[in-house]
Amino acid sequence: MSIETGSPSALAIILIMAVVTLVTRLGGVFAMTFVPIGYRVKRFIHAMSGSVLVALLAPLAIAGDNGARLALMTTAAIMLALKKPLPAIAGGIVVAALFRQM
Amino acid sequence: MADEMASNEAALHRLDRTLTWQGFRELLPISLFVIVFGAAFGLAATQAGLSDASIVIMSTLVFAGAAQFASLELWGPHIPLFTLVLTVFAINARHLLMGATLYPWLQSLQPAKRYGVMLVVSDANWAMAMQAFSQGRPGLGLLLGGGIALWSFWVLGTWLGLYFGNVVSDPASLGLDMVMGCFLLAMVVGGEKNLRMLVIWAVAAGASLLAYRYLPENSHVVVGAIAGGLVGLFWGSRDHEY
Repeated sequence: MSIETGSPSALAIILIMAVVTLVTRLGGVFAMTFVPIGYRVKRFIHAMSGSVLVALLAPLAIAGDNGARLALMTTAAIMLALKKPLPAIAGGIVVAALFRQM
Repeated sequence: MADEMASNEAALHRLDRTLTWQGFRELLPISLFVIVFGAAFGLAATQAGLSDASIVIMSTLVFAGAAQFASLELWGPHIPLFTLVLTVFAINARHLLMGATLYPWLQSLQPAKRYGVMLVVSDANWAMAMQAFSQGRPGLGLLLGGGIALWSFWVLGTWLGLYFGNVVSDPASLGLDMVMGCFLLAMVVGGEKNLRMLVIWAVAAGASLLAYRYLPENSHVVVGAIAGGLVGLFWGSRDHEY
């Protein structure tokens, strides 16, 4: 008797995934209710918030293809020059698309 | 003056219908791209053998693109449940950190509101909310309204992908796989820039890459973020303001 990936068990697995994800969404806030928010905690949180994004992006820049790298470099450059997110993001995407069409 | 500061502080964690609607509209441009990712997921999930209903239910209840794509790699006649749970948890563990970073502004809300807002937290609306807070603007409307925009377009995109998925079978060739990366990078570059921040980011990036290379899969975001957080904890100017 094999487990079908059709209806019931697939649904059960999706529900398990949903619960695990929900735990991650609520767990951080819940854990913090036990932590007094002092100066040191604020400093940690402040440094960590930018670091989440950097840690997410680093492997994308290193392990990605040249198109990905050029896209990120373009976005960073336009953002530094114009300080406007939309042109920076659009520029990155266009560069990746052009590079990959070549 | 003290009153003014106190009311300004209170304004930061304000959350009402107007702010939520504003947040929804502000995240609308990126949400349109989320339709494309959703459609790509819908197509990939169909190809992995999931039923149409399962696919839409997954996007609706899980609402976590990276984890959902990763789950497809494990999908088959025998799904390794433990590995799946571990994978989903590891990829989404960054939500724990995001919740922690939001807590200073969430703590004054009623528990129902506090946790309700967190139901729709994801990378883009969290980054926008944090940026708003750091600029002294209210951010919870961006979190909730933006999250609702991202969630609804993710589900809509997934559903469209069941029928028109082959239109976006190769989003990478159009550079569309870079939308979220470029968006998040723009948030980083647009944020606070000084030597201390650069060192924190460098440590976060270095730790993330080391974890990516040498530690178990999907641990790099948490490892990098905590490494960066620790640098900020132990090294910083005393006059730093919050």
